[in-house]
Amino acid sequence: MDATQRTIQLLLKPGQHDGEGQRVAEAASRHLGLSTGRVQSTALYTVRYPVTDTQLRDFATHCLQDPVLHDVALDEFRHGSQYKSYILVAKLPGVTDDEGISAQNALGDFLNEPLDTHTQHIFSKRLYFLEHELPESSLRRLAEDLLGNKMINRFEVGPIAQIRDYTPRPGGGAESITDTVRLVGLSDEELVKLSKDNLYALNLEEMRAVRDHYTSIADERQAAGLPQDPTDCELEIVAQTWSEHCKHKEFSAIIKYRDADTGEEFEVDSLFKTYIKDATSEVDRQLRANGNDWLIKVFSDNAGAVRINPESLFVWKVETHNSPSAIDPYGGAITGILGNNRDPLATGIGGAKLLFNTNVLCFGNPEFSGTLLSNQLHPRRIFEGVRKGIEDGGNKSGVPTVNGAIVFDDRYAGKPLVYCGTGAVMPMQLAGLDSWEKKIDAQDRIIMAGGRVGKDGIHGATFSSIELDETSPATAVQIGSPITQKLAMDFLILATRRGLIKCSTDNGAGGLSSSIGELATISGGAVVELEKVPLKYPGLRPWEIFVSESQERFSLAVEPSKLDELLALGREMEVELTDIGYFTADGSLDVRFDGESVARIDMEFLHNGVPRKVLEAEWSKPTVQEPALPAKLDYTDVLSRLLGSLNICSRESVIRQYDHEVKGRTIIKPLMGATGQAPQDAAVVRFNFESWEGVAVSNGILPRFGDLDAYDMSAGAFDEAVRQIVAVGGKLPNLSYGDGNFWSVNDNFCVPDSVYDPIGNPDGKHKLAKLVRMCQALRDATAAYCIPLTSGKDSMKNDFKADGVKISVPPTVLYSMTAKIEDVRRTITSDFKQEGDVVYLLGETYDELGGSEFYQLFGELGANVPKVRFEAAKTLYTLMGQANDQGLIQSCHDLSDGGLAVALAEATFGYGFGATIELPQELPVHVQLFSESHSRFVATVAPEDVVAFEQHFGTRATRLGVVTPDGQLTVRYNGQTVIAADTAALRHEWTNGPVNRIIGFGQHEAAQ
Amino acid sequence: MNEKPLFPDLNVPPQPQRDETGPAHTNADGTVTVLGYKSIDGGHESTEPLHSSTSEPTKPVQALILTGFGINCEDEFAAAYRLAGAEATIVHLNEVMHGHVSIHDYDILNFPGGFSFGDDLGSGVVLANKLRYRKNAEGRTLLDDIKQFVANGKFVMGICNGFQVLVKLGLLPNLSGNVTPEVTLTHNASGRYEDRWVRLKVNPESNSPFLKGIDTLEVPVRHGEGRLIIKGEETLAEIEARALNCLAYTDFDGSPTDVYPHNPNGADLNCAGLTDTTGQVFGLMPHPEAFLSLYNHPDWGRRKRQNPNLSEEGDGLKLFRNIVAHVQSQRPAAATPQEAHQFSS
Repeated sequence: MDATQRTIQLLLKPGQHDGEGQRVAEAASRHLGLSTGRVQSTALYTVRYPVTDTQLRDFATHCLQDPVLHDVALDEFRHGSQYKSYILVAKLPGVTDDEGISAQNALGDFLNEPLDTHTQHIFSKRLYFLEHELPESSLRRLAEDLLGNKMINRFEVGPIAQIRDYTPRPGGGAESITDTVRLVGLSDEELVKLSKDNLYALNLEEMRAVRDHYTSIADERQAAGLPQDPTDCELEIVAQTWSEHCKHKEFSAIIKYRDADTGEEFEVDSLFKTYIKDATSEVDRQLRANGNDWLIKVFSDNAGAVRINPESLFVWKVETHNSPSAIDPYGGAITGILGNNRDPLATGIGGAKLLFNTNVLCFGNPEFSGTLLSNQLHPRRIFEGVRKGIEDGGNKSGVPTVNGAIVFDDRYAGKPLVYCGTGAVMPMQLAGLDSWEKKIDAQDRIIMAGGRVGKDGIHGATFSSIELDETSPATAVQIGSPITQKLAMDFLILATRRGLIKCSTDNGAGGLSSSIGELATISGGAVVELEKVPLKYPGLRPWEIFVSESQERFSLAVEPSKLDELLALGREMEVELTDIGYFTADGSLDVRFDGESVARIDMEFLHNGVPRKVLEAEWSKPTVQEPALPAKLDYTDVLSRLLGSLNICSRESVIRQYDHEVKGRTIIKPLMGATGQAPQDAAVVRFNFESWEGVAVSNGILPRFGDLDAYDMSAGAFDEAVRQIVAVGGKLPNLSYGDGNFWSVNDNFCVPDSVYDPIGNPDGKHKLAKLVRMCQALRDATAAYCIPLTSGKDSMKNDFKADGVKISVPPTVLYSMTAKIEDVRRTITSDFKQEGDVVYLLGETYDELGGSEFYQLFGELGANVPKVRFEAAKTLYTLMGQANDQGLIQSCHDLSDGGLAVALAEATFGYGFGATIELPQELPVHVQLFSESHSRFVATVAPEDVVAFEQHFGTRATRLGVVTPDGQLTVRYNGQTVIAADTAALRHEWTNGPVNRIIGFGQHEAAQ
Repeated sequence: MNEKPLFPDLNVPPQPQRDETGPAHTNADGTVTVLGYKSIDGGHESTEPLHSSTSEPTKPVQALILTGFGINCEDEFAAAYRLAGAEATIVHLNEVMHGHVSIHDYDILNFPGGFSFGDDLGSGVVLANKLRYRKNAEGRTLLDDIKQFVANGKFVMGICNGFQVLVKLGLLPNLSGNVTPEVTLTHNASGRYEDRWVRLKVNPESNSPFLKGIDTLEVPVRHGEGRLIIKGEETLAEIEARALNCLAYTDFDGSPTDVYPHNPNGADLNCAGLTDTTGQVFGLMPHPEAFLSLYNHPDWGRRKRQNPNLSEEGDGLKLFRNIVAHVQSQRPAAATPQEAHQFSS
């Protein structure tokens, strides 16, 4: 052991319950079939800071040990005599170690002296002892599958007599080395190889454009004393800036579309411009023509902004973090949620206050029992890791996770989809300036705020722009530190209110190269002095510093005269701020290290030099048909099975581990009712404690329907999100002059590789055609409802390739919607409220069982995909808004997965009511019960309001029956009882579904 | 319901925000000093004020709420005091540590929930450690100040992470009087963080003014480390004998229970909150500040349908009304609020 290296071990006192040890033993047996015997878990802290024996002992006993729970061992690895094997879990160099940093903080407080924060002095580890003697291979498997991830952890395992310690020793000396990369004169093959070897993720045409650019400016560079070939840093900057992740090249491409069935052909001049931006411009025109000018900022900043009232803005952003979550589910998800938080925080001047988080997750079947591909993680493990990441990311930041959705489909088993959304509120004015504007002048300083830079996350932007395979790089993985970000967030809120910051942006994909590269377009250039950037450890090259995606960082533009005050505030609030350069107006991005040029790039080339792609799309209808089902079905049994099915069953075990009510403003939570088990449609959050204004939040996602028609899938997902908000009492926008009823929508496309390649991607044209159709539906939906998009994202390469097999996600789009709620006290929850209330179906049912959960039970897809009838839907939603104004609706639940039958059952879950239902005779009973036709609701009405209600809705409402006190759900059709079920039993099926079984119910663990 | 105009006045330009940016302070020696941190409203000014129903006291009770370093429930904590008629001030912990703000200028010192310093070493540990060991320029720790504060007859409240801090500091239950940790809060028996609503019963023997006149209340718990463990039979017996276990988790019938999920964490004595022997220091795991309005409750929809005249106030607010009224009642007669006179004779 190192002379200056000391070890503190914390062990539970005899008799204290070792819950973690018990969980490890159980999981090893359940998931890996390994019998460990008892497992003892202990915490280790390695201290590399000069302390005396007394100081070490006192620090351990006063600061780390809980005197009620722990014993302390110093400079030894103590364990019970019955244990035979050990597993040590340490972190790899440079991996975020919040626990170690916390201990270091405590040591500083304890010694009452400032510790040099540039060095990590304390390293946290876990040391487990196992009762059984297991071979090293089994121990390693247990470690890698249950205790950590080899991408971020180092494991030592073996017999207990031979414990090996490991403490990371990051980096070597500083490496101020900048190389040039030969481009001029390279052949096409060499260009492609160069791009692949360096993970530039640029295609041949793009590499040629870079080469040609450098050839054309050779004289200028020579005159400026720069090398003819680009530097490594320059190429990295171009690769990050031109990445699909940052530049959305496929959404900007020219697409030649052909319908193989009809022969129709047309050309799309950028999906983004045609179907998203122009559609929103048209919506905005209609809004403004009707006195609704609340659309403040769309598509041009980190998040979209709409006006709540004359004083404040609502800021809304949803993003994905798919590739990292496939490799390190916990780190990927926590980084996703924290990274997405930074978008609203750094919109405009910056300093919005976060109001809520939401998330939508798509996984493979967590009960998958087949063989995994190389480096493919089991879907259950991805699920659990992502869930934990969202728990820590949201809870530790103090941002409530107010709702979400989980979708299961085997095609997400390679790459999961992890969508994270964040809503925030920002004053219209910050220190007298329009908060949503980003203004920068030459000579303004560039300040980096928050965390430090390490090798973590190098190449994230380019890495997420390519397919994953078994060789995907470890450096692309990052782990978020919610506490570091919370400090930076508190700081940003105060600094912007004091007018100390001109504008801010988030350091996300591409790190400083993207954030400064983008901000520099405002002033027209920048000079960056990389030697000033604080590092986690030495050994980074300049280009690595510039593109690293180390988390929790913001780039700020600050007026020189405000700098001292800003830095003083940073010191007071213990947020590290570093002046790393200044903005210019000379048209170039100038990056230096110790005065030497590292990169000098023309901004015009950097941002507009990327060649446009031309892609081909070809659509043909899939050959599908309606299935023949058994003639006689027990619908009570079918309903029960549906409630217990993977995509419908309760998510309570997941939901309850997210804090959904911190800030005390959540009015409609994911689960409501006296039982706390009635699922809700949209979340509702009030803005503050002084008014009753609030916002409703919903998510629409229906990937199954895309197998039948991507247009209908996209239209349906859009409608689903709209109707969830309508269900809780939200009103469509622009219904009356100047009603100020804002809506703000983010679109998030996640599709498989859709670029045709005869060998690598033979069905690329068809996939791209699906994407075009999804976009067409989006345009039609925004126009029909007059609902604007304010921001969005696309993730284009959601494929996982290993062992010669490719797993591709189904083309998926998520619409994440928010809408103003005038008075949260008048919102409506989904659960039945009182016996005797009359039950109605609002909207119309069609024979649309295609892609339904009902067909899924029989392993069928069907053909009749649900279609959205926009005009009829809009009329119904408008009627519902009016009915709510009159207080006519007592409960309202939207119909989605599982159709009417599931919605009726769920509405009973809040209190134990039942219902007696008589279906009309128009359609076959299974269609009425299980069709997933859009734009429908189950609503209840107080008996005294029935006349007014029926008059108001006319033929749009179908009377179904009444709420009963007996807890029985009875459905009759044509004189026959088709469903007779105890609602407590139905709730039991739903609650004991696979999701809660896998995540496990909370319960007190038995003591050992 | 219709008092608000539906149309925003589009001709009025946006008004500058009147955000508080902290007390102004200039340093004598000419260097730029930034005086700390004060609460900022949610960036959204009131258009429909929600008036607190207490009458305006002559000098409002002063509540100091600490934040920073991962504390995250300061806003609703402040809202609770404001609704209860007190003046609430949120300050960054460093303002107090650096001597810019003195706790002795306030009546109630409050430790909100959150994840102070990430809770990586066990919840509340690093913050408690800072208060116990970090010395200011005069060589005093904040714990020294808090002991003085309590000795002066003032009040300390900790919720969730704040409760954990008070326990790890030894301020609760503090049977010995020398602030040595006697109990601990550790991982829930379920091994997981959970957000769920629970019912609490107030120990009728408790002497704490925070709980006066309250029998039961419903509140959410949101924690992973809320299981109270009491070391030794003697300590346990003394806590019970002196009724310091002021709140118990109960089942639907109102009986204290150790059954999950009614008792969400498996705490000894089914205990959800503690006071010290004076009743001035009070801490609890559940979040009363998250139930200020009826509309926080998961069953508000049905309850309102059953009883349209149901109060729009949440159970949690009662605690804050209690302590604010108590502080007011302790003051010299001149400062006693009007309302109290009206009902006293």
